[in-house]
Amino acid sequence: MATTIRGHMMSFIDKNKKIIHTLLTSVRLKPTQRKEEEEEEEDDDDPSSSSSSSSSANHKDDDKQQNQDRNQSQENKGSAAMASPTEQQGSRWRDLDKLLARPGNLVGSNFEPSPQLKQDLQEYAKVLVVGAGGLGCELLKDLALMGFRQIEVIDMDTIEVSNLNRQFLFRLQDVGKPKAEVAAMRVMERVSGVNIVPHFCRIEDKDLDFYSQFNIIALGLDSIEARSYINGVVCSFLEYDADDNALEASIKPMVDGGTEGFKGHARVILPGLTPCFECTIWLFPPQVKYPLCTLAETPRTAAHCIEYAHLIKWGEVHSGKPFDPDDPEHMQWVYAEAVKRAELFGITGVTYSLTQGVVKNIIPAIASTNAIVSAACALEALKIATACSQTMSNYLTYNGQEGLHTKVTEFVKDNDCLVCGPGVLIELDSSVTLQEFIELIGEHPKLLLSKPSVTYRGENLYMQAPPVLEEMTRSNLQKPLYDLMHKLSYGIIHANGMTRANEITTSCLKKIRISFKVIADGVTDMDTAGGA
Amino acid sequence: MAEPKNKYDRQLRIWGEQGQAALEKASICLLNCGPTGSDTLKNLVLGGIGSITVVDGSKVEESDLGNNFMVDVKSVGQSKAKCVCSFLQELNDAVKAKFVEEFPEDLIDRNPSFFKQFTLVIATQLQEKSMLKLDKICRDANTMLVIARSYGLTGFVRISLKEHDVIESKPDHFLDVLRLNNPWPELKQFSETIDLNVTDPVVHKHTPYVVILVKMAEEWAKTHSGCLPSTREEKKEFKDLLKAKMLASDEDNYKEAIEASFKVSTPRGISSNLRQIISDSLVEVDSTSPDFWILVAALKEFIENEGDGEPPLEGSIPDMTSLTEYYISLQKIYQAKAEADFLAIEQRVRSILKRIGRDPSSISKTTIKNFCRNARKLTVCRYRLIEDEFNSPNLSEFQKYFTDEDYSTAVGFYILLRAVDRFATVYNRFPGMFDGSWSYREMDEDISRLKTIGVGLLSDLGCNGSYLSEDLINEMCRYGGAELHTVAAFIGGIAAQEVIKLITKQFVPMCGTFIFNGIDQKSQLLTL
Repeated sequence: MATTIRGHMMSFIDKNKKIIHTLLTSVRLKPTQRKEEEEEEEDDDDPSSSSSSSSSANHKDDDKQQNQDRNQSQENKGSAAMASPTEQQGSRWRDLDKLLARPGNLVGSNFEPSPQLKQDLQEYAKVLVVGAGGLGCELLKDLALMGFRQIEVIDMDTIEVSNLNRQFLFRLQDVGKPKAEVAAMRVMERVSGVNIVPHFCRIEDKDLDFYSQFNIIALGLDSIEARSYINGVVCSFLEYDADDNALEASIKPMVDGGTEGFKGHARVILPGLTPCFECTIWLFPPQVKYPLCTLAETPRTAAHCIEYAHLIKWGEVHSGKPFDPDDPEHMQWVYAEAVKRAELFGITGVTYSLTQGVVKNIIPAIASTNAIVSAACALEALKIATACSQTMSNYLTYNGQEGLHTKVTEFVKDNDCLVCGPGVLIELDSSVTLQEFIELIGEHPKLLLSKPSVTYRGENLYMQAPPVLEEMTRSNLQKPLYDLMHKLSYGIIHANGMTRANEITTSCLKKIRISFKVIADGVTDMDTAGGA
Repeated sequence: MAEPKNKYDRQLRIWGEQGQAALEKASICLLNCGPTGSDTLKNLVLGGIGSITVVDGSKVEESDLGNNFMVDVKSVGQSKAKCVCSFLQELNDAVKAKFVEEFPEDLIDRNPSFFKQFTLVIATQLQEKSMLKLDKICRDANTMLVIARSYGLTGFVRISLKEHDVIESKPDHFLDVLRLNNPWPELKQFSETIDLNVTDPVVHKHTPYVVILVKMAEEWAKTHSGCLPSTREEKKEFKDLLKAKMLASDEDNYKEAIEASFKVSTPRGISSNLRQIISDSLVEVDSTSPDFWILVAALKEFIENEGDGEPPLEGSIPDMTSLTEYYISLQKIYQAKAEADFLAIEQRVRSILKRIGRDPSSISKTTIKNFCRNARKLTVCRYRLIEDEFNSPNLSEFQKYFTDEDYSTAVGFYILLRAVDRFATVYNRFPGMFDGSWSYREMDEDISRLKTIGVGLLSDLGCNGSYLSEDLINEMCRYGGAELHTVAAFIGGIAAQEVIKLITKQFVPMCGTFIFNGIDQKSQLLTL
């Protein structure tokens, strides 16, 4: 039964399931050896754990067994009296242990309580925190204090003064330093035993292998674009069975938070099972954009004057010099121009602060909302890893502005989603050219796409329009699709074309999964013997 | 010149300089600095709260390292209050941070007047007996109290104070008042200067919808014996009339007019919420009345006299498709009306102050103006003493919660959070909190004891004990009094947010008890 504990966790957690099981099984069979290992590994933590390890390693959730243990220890009243079958009073993880080592009725379906669960969590659960800002700082702290030890964090930004009202891992003297590095260092200083690897770079700088090593990805981001990017990466790991259901082993869970002022959301995404970002992209409100003619001809508000100075006047005056929102001189210039324009039209309300707010699209942010949203996300991450409680399904909205409102909504997955949906699976011979492929999807009963433009991982393989792109990509038509897809045996193609249904022609975008079945010239390392 | 780069920029955009100044003046006392207390203060210290005093008598133990970010390995054995205080101080040197090494329970018993000096007390992880005592002390001392508790995967936050009046409630969505249902002479006169049938297409599509609606409503009234569209058919007909005026389908101003056409038909007068406030007995003011109620008294007189049933106009208008000059003129007309309303209220405030024997200039123009601008959104929050709520909760609400699927878990936790404290007074530990090892027999014993207490609590209140879910009782025993970091961070986030709302006197604090549900995150606010 202990196998199922790990079975559950690992079902979300690791492809090396087999190796881990072997390791843990052998450990369970040799309690003394395990004891030594533990002492070595955990001397900075749990000083009392070694005394409990022999009994906990043998732990069986069996009433009689436990009573025996207890009776025995009471009789002995020696060192054995300190031993607990499940947890240690006074030990560092006393509180967390109760949640992970005790049975309950309102828990995940695969939950099997055991002290081993916390150790598995510490040793095998790898979490990536994307973003080391307001949410990221909280997430790192929360995950570290909920028992996660293998954490990495990625952020391309450096620390600014205006971060300090909420990004509590940073100090005034840190301004200018990379957020990821300082945040990782501060949490490691405070929470002994946790290992946080910082990555000071853009999320696009990392390859798929980087993202695939994590069991859970926690997002603390402030842009839709970045969320979409990570979502795309995570969904690209999805594999499907013959009925187009996502394979559990290919699902990489994500938790995601977002805040604005007193409002926020926390959500759990199990790609392939629950809606991904793209399925519910409409949840994000559209950005405020002013019509250019309003800015140029009929300004009415302070924001109109600011955007005029920023979007129109700057370009007219500084031919070719790009506007830099982080350059105070540039901002000052826009502010002065906006004031002039406002005076001209009798408009009031232009301030430097508003100018910054409008130009940089500043989202107001406070510590408390970040704390609330991140805590909800980190708690869900723990549940995903250990099944120690039922989970939130799947989207929590929070509003503390007027009273206090929380609401959990269970959104449903869009089966036709181009990102997390199965799309259409096509098996191809590796010699099929792009031209032949295009003809094939025109006839395929599930697609019937005419005049498609074809992309692979954002790269244009063939474009129907505009003419200049058509010409640039035309030469690809005669190449084997297999070569164009970097000779990988599996990949996802997006095709945008026209389809006819009920006498109406509409344009549509389709996701096509391609699996190359026969390798003609043996250039890959795949075993082709069976096909020969 | 550019304002200096400010570390509070992102929050100043929410509560402004005035809110920030109030925070920087406030002095806060925290009772118990476990993770719930530490994380609450963390959020306040970052935001620049004036001063904090951390009260905790315990020493840092090994187990604190597993849930509290404001202690580290080196802190073990030292005063927890001292360690937490110094780590909090690191976050913001503008904050005055002090600590008192004493158990809050003892302080409450020994020195009740201690709490008088603070703007607000945050009491965390306090058991029922001390909590009720502290509640009375704070109520008598007029000190605001916020109570926060984390317990396993549940917890609660509750505000306790006599009355909290909010002028700047800053609601998320609030219908702007343009008085399209009741335009005053200046607005009508301005509308008359504009011809809706103008031939210049640019002017036609840049005639503000306010003018369109005022004119069209007037026209409608002429042919409908002075009435405005009221039935569904009439409203539709009115919209069709608007549509017919369009010269082209891309005229945004007419689209806006159609969308806002319902504002022509909204009933006149004040909201039921405002009616309730001006009908409150505190509106009969005397020399001891707080400024808020003097302002409300003036508002009431205004509504009954100059206002002709309406509150003062805010004076701001939303952006709308318009020529600049039309828009600016409209803006000025609305501002002028708001200014006139303000002057009338100011006069009334001054004469009320005189009547009750106070200095007529003791309430500033800025305060009165701000009051007028927010008159429609005034909010009064009142909180029962916790003991009163515990002894005689609103029974019908109770029954409703227990039978409502969305609330039954929350109200179950509400009862069980009380029950664990009763358990602790009897057994000197929380249910499921064992020294060293435990057995299922012991756990089962605790479960049945807790059940007896919980059922007893319910029947004392006159409720059916069978409402209490076995699964929740089990959960409570499983938690064994654990304080988990993420639960503490969530509860601490909410507590800090409510403190900010109370101190800045902006936004609306929660009314009732917030029950955190860490199982499926379906937390609820209970008003009992």
